[in-house]
Amino acid sequence: MEVLLAPIVGLLFACAVYLLLQRSLGHIIIGLALLSNAANLFIFVASGLGDGAAPIVDTATNAPPAGSADPVPQALILTAIVIGFGVLAFFITLAYRVYRITGTDDLEALPAADRPSTEDGQRA
Amino acid sequence: MLSALIALPLVAAFIVAMLARVAPSQTRLPGVVMTLASLGGFALLAVSLGTILDGGTLDASSTWVEALDWTLSFRLDGLSALFALLITGIGALIGWYGRAYMGEDARNARFFATLLLFQAGMLIAVTADSFAILFVGWELTSVTSFVLIGFKHEDPEARRSAQHALFVTAAGGLAMLGGLILLGVETDTWRFSELARADVDALDATIASWALGLILLGALTKSAQFPFHGWLPGAMAAPTPVSAYLHSATMVKLGVYLVARFQPALGGLDLWGTVLPAVGGFTMVLGAILSVRERDLKRVLAYSTVSALGWMILLAGLGTTDALKALGVTVIAHGAYKAAMFMTAGTIDHETGTRDRLALGGLRRSMPLLGLSAGIAAVSMAGLPPALGFLSKETTLAAGFEEDAAWLLALGVAGMGALTLVSAWAAGVAPFLGAPTESAGHAHEGSPGLWAPVALLALLGVIAGIAGPVLLPPFLDQVVTAAYGKPYETHLTFFTGFDPVFFSSALAIGGGFVLVRFHRAMPGIPWFRSSTPVIVQGILDGLARLAVGVERVTQHGSLPVYIATALIVTVSPLLAVTAYAGPLADLEVEADPLVAAMAAVVGIAAFAAARSRTRIRSVAALGATGFGITLIFLYFGAPDLAMTQALVETLTVILFIFAFRFLPIRREREDLRRHYAALAIAGVAGLATTGLTLLVVNNGRDDNLRRSFEAASYPDARGTNVVNTILVDFRALDTLGEISVLAIAALGILALLRLTGRGASRVARIDNPRVLRTAARAVLPLLVVFAFFLFLRGHDQPGGGFVAGLVTAAGVALYAMAYNARVARRLLRVPPRSLMAAGLVVAAAAAGFGTWEHPLLTGQWTVVTLPGDNELKLGTPLFFDFGVFLVVLGVASALATALLEEQR
Repeated sequence: MEVLLAPIVGLLFACAVYLLLQRSLGHIIIGLALLSNAANLFIFVASGLGDGAAPIVDTATNAPPAGSADPVPQALILTAIVIGFGVLAFFITLAYRVYRITGTDDLEALPAADRPSTEDGQRA
Repeated sequence: MLSALIALPLVAAFIVAMLARVAPSQTRLPGVVMTLASLGGFALLAVSLGTILDGGTLDASSTWVEALDWTLSFRLDGLSALFALLITGIGALIGWYGRAYMGEDARNARFFATLLLFQAGMLIAVTADSFAILFVGWELTSVTSFVLIGFKHEDPEARRSAQHALFVTAAGGLAMLGGLILLGVETDTWRFSELARADVDALDATIASWALGLILLGALTKSAQFPFHGWLPGAMAAPTPVSAYLHSATMVKLGVYLVARFQPALGGLDLWGTVLPAVGGFTMVLGAILSVRERDLKRVLAYSTVSALGWMILLAGLGTTDALKALGVTVIAHGAYKAAMFMTAGTIDHETGTRDRLALGGLRRSMPLLGLSAGIAAVSMAGLPPALGFLSKETTLAAGFEEDAAWLLALGVAGMGALTLVSAWAAGVAPFLGAPTESAGHAHEGSPGLWAPVALLALLGVIAGIAGPVLLPPFLDQVVTAAYGKPYETHLTFFTGFDPVFFSSALAIGGGFVLVRFHRAMPGIPWFRSSTPVIVQGILDGLARLAVGVERVTQHGSLPVYIATALIVTVSPLLAVTAYAGPLADLEVEADPLVAAMAAVVGIAAFAAARSRTRIRSVAALGATGFGITLIFLYFGAPDLAMTQALVETLTVILFIFAFRFLPIRREREDLRRHYAALAIAGVAGLATTGLTLLVVNNGRDDNLRRSFEAASYPDARGTNVVNTILVDFRALDTLGEISVLAIAALGILALLRLTGRGASRVARIDNPRVLRTAARAVLPLLVVFAFFLFLRGHDQPGGGFVAGLVTAAGVALYAMAYNARVARRLLRVPPRSLMAAGLVVAAAAAGFGTWEHPLLTGQWTVVTLPGDNELKLGTPLFFDFGVFLVVLGVASALATALLEEQR
């Protein structure tokens, strides 16, 4: 089943990278969100897929059911999802601020705002 | 004692720096502090002198890097004591002189703090026993010298000179470091006191030559030897106290010190016996010639210093006991008279405003005390009896006549002696004689600080000269013993009889007095133009141009190109790894139609997100991707992930609603080049990650970790949901870090939003459908109850703090959309920020609970019996999870409400 999902992981990464390479902040934000999904799915698929049973321990045998999923990457992904959300929110806010200050969402136009102020206090 | 000696100038530098803050108007105090600190160091040395004179050493050492067997080891022997006394003794006088010379300059604190740092660097260098310490001190002197030369940084000439000096001395220092490391590695000895000639003799000749050559590069650059001498005259751009202290009396002698220090171990190498006498002797004569050609008093003295340094390098290179004895005398004599001469030049400049020796004259009337002092100092510099300078020349000649090339040496020394007599006359006597010139008009004696240090040093030179044969030998014994490596007894006499030494000396003095008559004409004598400043400037300019070029290529300013570069650099190795991994033999292709359908949903949605041209379609497609992944999580046994993903996907939609209320999705102008480039990089990324996924799956994985967690989950962490026990128990420290990051990100967002300058009081007007309001009211209690349920069962079943926090936050967000942010926040009773803080505190407290008995984060459990025979397990991991819940709730609701509150 992993063989089926691996190209999907690749496709997610490819789409995310394509969006990250666009000029507009909006595209980059969507690319970032896609990238975090891609990374999570990558860890999930690459660590091997089970038969669908959750990693819940049976108290009688002190072991999860046979063929259950690996809990370690799950713990990893769970926090990654939440932190990815935090980072995305931060980036969106940052993009918002950039847009408010510079009046542009075009990355090619932004470096001009990165230059030091000229002597009369105006942005170069 | 040694630690106190080194700590003293460091502490003093700190005090001076603090003074600038506390009492900026006390511009005269820093000089006093320097004098006191230097006197303290001098006193410390004087007290320990008994040990040195008895042939002993003072040692101090402590461990630095244990794994590398590096120790901070210091040693004071005769050679070190000679230099340390010079450094502290002249330092005290420089403090006094500098206080008067610098006057009320507002930057005095910086000036003297740097001088004190320099003094510390010098003391570190000359008392270091380990190579590494020597290098640290050495570099500290180079850097402080750079700062002091460039002290008048408004002057482009000063900046250029400072760069030139730093470039030469730092390059030499690096070469020396290489040599020291080579020597240390090859002999396995990192301390001077342990390095014996036998170790060096055992080395391969090529390696030994390389090590010595590199070390000598350091010594010769520092001591301004030909062809590196060009930086020293330039260094005269520094204020005169610096010239007197660093660039004549102390720092430039470090190279001489290094050579003398290595002489016992390395003195036998062929390179030593050829390079050092040749370079030193040539520099000695060249410097003397260049000196008399100068008009600027300080440059006269600077070239005469170059000459004297060549003289010392020559003596150190000869390495016989007599040569080393002469070296000891010369170091003392030169330190005393040259510092005095520099201070004289500085005072003349200070009083008349010029240092042009042809424009000066008749100053004896307005500055009699300075004139007298300078005259006495000039006697020593000129090498006339009875001053110490005479003894230094006599002993040098005596040492020279033991060598094969005796007559060449004698001729060189005599010539240098004659020319130096001219320099001494020109710089120390001529300005005071004759009729007063125009520039002498307003000159007057000035405060004692401007002439008394000169008088002290000058008198010292004469007293040491007269009493030298009695007083100096016990000390010189120890200097020579240290530099020669074997005990030795020295003798000093003024008059050895009518021997070659006598005649050479007479030639020098007689020749000098003949040449003095023409000293005013000498600046006109044609000579080769020195090209070193041009070459060094060329190298420096080239470096600057290179830096600009590199900057233009790498820092071009196009953000998309930065991103592309980062992506290419990240992805290419992945592709390489995948490509070289070999066949993926163990993979079996199954095709579960359900999985294929989910995969198709995710793939199509992702593609749509990348290609869509409108905001709403992009967000919808992104959402579809997320929910498709949620299904995959669910299908493959990850209910916790599925829940979290679904909730985050929901909240993300709120983020995007916010984002696209203001951000346009640009319709890209059809830039095909960009499009294809992006496609290419994206394609590579896709291939690489697909390959990597297959590769990892194919190679299988180690189950040990999951087995141990699964086995320990119930017995140790008392929970059956392994994902949850990992998060709140086994790897709780990671989780604590993660929720902290989350809280910090949220605080950053709040700060960014606050920057818009509009308070939270103005609330965006949104047309809220009545249906939504009603629904929100009905759904919120259900969500809260559901979250409570998820939280409680989380330890055993899918759920837990993360999910519960997100569910509750989703309710809050729903309220914020249905009503407005303020209403939603009121719902929480406390500000979201407080929730985050409280959550972190609860989690930290739960983590720390029981640390007095157990390691951090050990779960503590108790069982509470509830009515109806139900047992409730309570433990610190649950409280920890509650902290996680609070942080996630705080963060998510803060984002949802704060973003919705922002106006368009």
